[in-house]
Amino acid sequence: MKVPVNVKLPVKMTINGQSVSHEVEPRLLLVHYIREVVGLTGTHVGCDTSQCGACTISLNGQAVKACNMFTVQADGAKITTIEGLAKNGELHPIQQGFWEKHGLQCGFCTPGMIMAAQQLLQRYPKPTEEQIRHQLEGNLCRCTGYHNIVKAIQWAAEHMAGKK
Amino acid sequence: MATTEERLFGKAIKRREDPRFITGRGTYVDDVKLPGMTYAAFVRSPHAHAKIKSIDAATAKKMPGVLAVYTGQDVKVGGLPCGWLLPGIKVPVRPALAQGKARYVGEPVAIVIAESAYAAKDGAEAVKVAYEALPGVSDGKRAHQKAAPQLFDEIPSNECFYWTIGDKAATEAAFKSAATVVSQPLLNQRLIPNAIEPRACVASHSAATGELTLWVTSQNPHVHRLLMAAFVLAIPETKMRVISPDVGGGFGSKIFVYNEEVVVSWAAKALGRPVKWTAERRESFLNDAHGRDHVTEAEMALDRDGKVTGLRVKTHANLGAYLSTFAPLIPSYLYGPLLSGVYKIPAIFCEVWGMLTNTAPVDAYRGAGRPEATYVLERMMDRAARQLKLDPAELRRRNFIPKFTDGTPYQTPVAFAYDSGNYEPALKRALELSGYEQLRREQTPSRGKGRYIGIGISTYIEACGPAPSAVAGALGAQAGLWESGQVRVDPSGTVTVFTGSHSHGQGHETTFAQLAADELGIPMEQVEVVHGDTARIPFGMGTYGSRSACVGGSAIVKCLDKIKEKGRKIAAHLLEANEQDLIFGGGAWSVKGSPDKKKAWGEVALMAYLAHNIPQGMEPGLEATSFYDPVNFTFPFGAHVAVVEVDPETGSVKILKYVAVDDVGKVINPMIVDGMVHGGIAQGIGQALWEHGVYAEDGQLLSGTMMDYALPKADALPSFVTDRTVTPSPINPLGVKGAGETGTIASTPAIANAVIDALAPFGVTHLDMPLTPNKIWKAVAAAKKR
Repeated sequence: MKVPVNVKLPVKMTINGQSVSHEVEPRLLLVHYIREVVGLTGTHVGCDTSQCGACTISLNGQAVKACNMFTVQADGAKITTIEGLAKNGELHPIQQGFWEKHGLQCGFCTPGMIMAAQQLLQRYPKPTEEQIRHQLEGNLCRCTGYHNIVKAIQWAAEHMAGKK
Repeated sequence: MATTEERLFGKAIKRREDPRFITGRGTYVDDVKLPGMTYAAFVRSPHAHAKIKSIDAATAKKMPGVLAVYTGQDVKVGGLPCGWLLPGIKVPVRPALAQGKARYVGEPVAIVIAESAYAAKDGAEAVKVAYEALPGVSDGKRAHQKAAPQLFDEIPSNECFYWTIGDKAATEAAFKSAATVVSQPLLNQRLIPNAIEPRACVASHSAATGELTLWVTSQNPHVHRLLMAAFVLAIPETKMRVISPDVGGGFGSKIFVYNEEVVVSWAAKALGRPVKWTAERRESFLNDAHGRDHVTEAEMALDRDGKVTGLRVKTHANLGAYLSTFAPLIPSYLYGPLLSGVYKIPAIFCEVWGMLTNTAPVDAYRGAGRPEATYVLERMMDRAARQLKLDPAELRRRNFIPKFTDGTPYQTPVAFAYDSGNYEPALKRALELSGYEQLRREQTPSRGKGRYIGIGISTYIEACGPAPSAVAGALGAQAGLWESGQVRVDPSGTVTVFTGSHSHGQGHETTFAQLAADELGIPMEQVEVVHGDTARIPFGMGTYGSRSACVGGSAIVKCLDKIKEKGRKIAAHLLEANEQDLIFGGGAWSVKGSPDKKKAWGEVALMAYLAHNIPQGMEPGLEATSFYDPVNFTFPFGAHVAVVEVDPETGSVKILKYVAVDDVGKVINPMIVDGMVHGGIAQGIGQALWEHGVYAEDGQLLSGTMMDYALPKADALPSFVTDRTVTPSPINPLGVKGAGETGTIASTPAIANAVIDALAPFGVTHLDMPLTPNKIWKAVAAAKKR
């Protein structure tokens, strides 16, 4: 399909349970749509080559890097960002785990880490340390050395298992 | 009002800043959005060295959404200042936008401002710059050669300073009488900091008030304000407000004043609308100040007993194309004076050449000079142990400075007087935790089974919380190195702590609240900590050099002392008691011997503001400000042990175990300190094994993205074993020492020593970092050929 220059295309999606629709440039990255157009700034941009994972969101149940998709590709999608994770004022166990185990310092990679951890725990509800480390390979943290991030996810796994 | 008896100092209290970060509600600079805001993109030099013949912005200016294009001809501001001047230093003028010549790839040449970030980038692509490429030089030592390209006509041989420390004659004498001399050329490669939040700024100028407000990713908002207002923009400091909100990591790279915030601030006024710029990661690679980049020749002299008698070090420090804000300090006073380490070395002589090259400016990066010195010393200790066929732990023990903890400092031959030290117990503990003796016993048999295990030790010292200011000034600092604190008590007894320190991950909102709540005996919930806004805090120096707790924390303690002193006077007045008879505890002043006669903290705070019944002549109110200037650095130390396995078939390195025993004095929040140690270790391992800012000889950056520059990832690191010994610093009221950089300083040589140890059967005595599989495989292959 040839997309003409300077046109805007309509998109419609659900973000954190809210329906949103806008007309956007075809080239607009999903992460910029979420941050700049929808105004949810918890999803961060840390690189331009899809290495850092700070922009990780949940799209139709899959953890994806929102810098790696055009907004128009997400038309019709169901998206959860870090802002949509806590329910009724109660932190998600992964968020709680990061708090309990000091899984963050500057906090910039944290939303992406938490969103990646969510998928990790869907895949491996009782992950080994090796599995956690391998699954986090697409998310960079410069502060923690990952030590306490691993502990945070282990904490979350234990507490999510208890809830089921 | 509730009070608490529980001591908070030393408790692993969960961080108060975390709820906003884990829910995505932090406020980083790129989250700031102002009405009418515009967006900037920079046109950058693709050449390492080139004359700028012409800039044609006509097409760009006509692009949809583009509002303005400014070049070096338009932006009439002062050059970016250098804040540390060594004797005889030649400081090149560093323009905010290139003037006539570009001297490194990524140097900003023009700014394009548009209605959206995308339109600004489109505009930047359309700016046509005609360059005449010139030969470039990227290597600090090669830049010194006669035939090397010259960056500045007025700086011959590209040498901007030559600096020495120590006693040359004594050192030469030590080498003449040495039983053993160990020599080793050492490269400490260039690193690129890569805080995960890219640098960003938003500037807004009010034509009505003349006030400029700058949100910027800064570790030190007042330093930004002072340097920009006084040296670059030439505006009164009173007309500039700098806000550094949540900042996503710094590691040194956000100390400095950069081109972008200067040009964006100027443009916001010129355009009459707020302007935002956020770095793309590739711009961070090109224009964030880099770290390290030393070419060194080291020689160590030892006597027959394996005692080090002399150390001679020659270093070419690559400073990049211009002098960044504190660049000259890093390879001089933060490097040479560290070369004695934890060892009694009678004679040291160190020479440093500060070199300009066609590369991004180099400045402080986590550790800043101290990792470079520690790498030299710790690599040389292992190199010497190998040559002498001694156990590296034993060689270190023989050379340790004996315990000194009575307040008498230890004077090294390279300027520093260490505050306190007790080095052997840290090493002992690290060896125990790593199972050192058993590892050594098993090492040879496992080699027979084809397993190449290496053990690396690093016993390090660090100097942090730099100062006192008078000494810093004598050494070239253009700023003081004290810190400010302010404590304001409200009539209801709640307390706000204002600090000149800045948290960009360090957790000050928690640790400083712990301090204040502890001293006043009130719950932490009643304490707020404010930082990062020049309109709210007193003039402060910010956070770097592991100074926040020892300098910033001490300033807060001084404030709290003043508050308590005034509170005591009010309480004594209300109780009609003698001041000396009052004791303060559990959030109340009570009369010695009659505990029922007391005035609670809240009552005293209220009376200070009601002022209905306070001592005659006393001013109402309850607040205090302190400017704390430390009497010395603090000197944390410790021992790290790394155990690695090298696969000679692939050259890959696996870290089997990592043990860190650090002594950072007293610890306010052990959870936070451990966290910083973990992160520091990871960064140091990054340097040892993976990270390398590579420039081609002519100055093209080859490692310009996260695809080419290998940052440590979760799956390549182990969990770390950490422990502490506690030798309180005698020089500050808290007994604390810096803790933010120890991991980085210690871990690089520990890992390098471990890898070289693993390769011993192949006759490898040294490899330069990063110790990549390629490099190791080649070394093993070469050994097999021999």
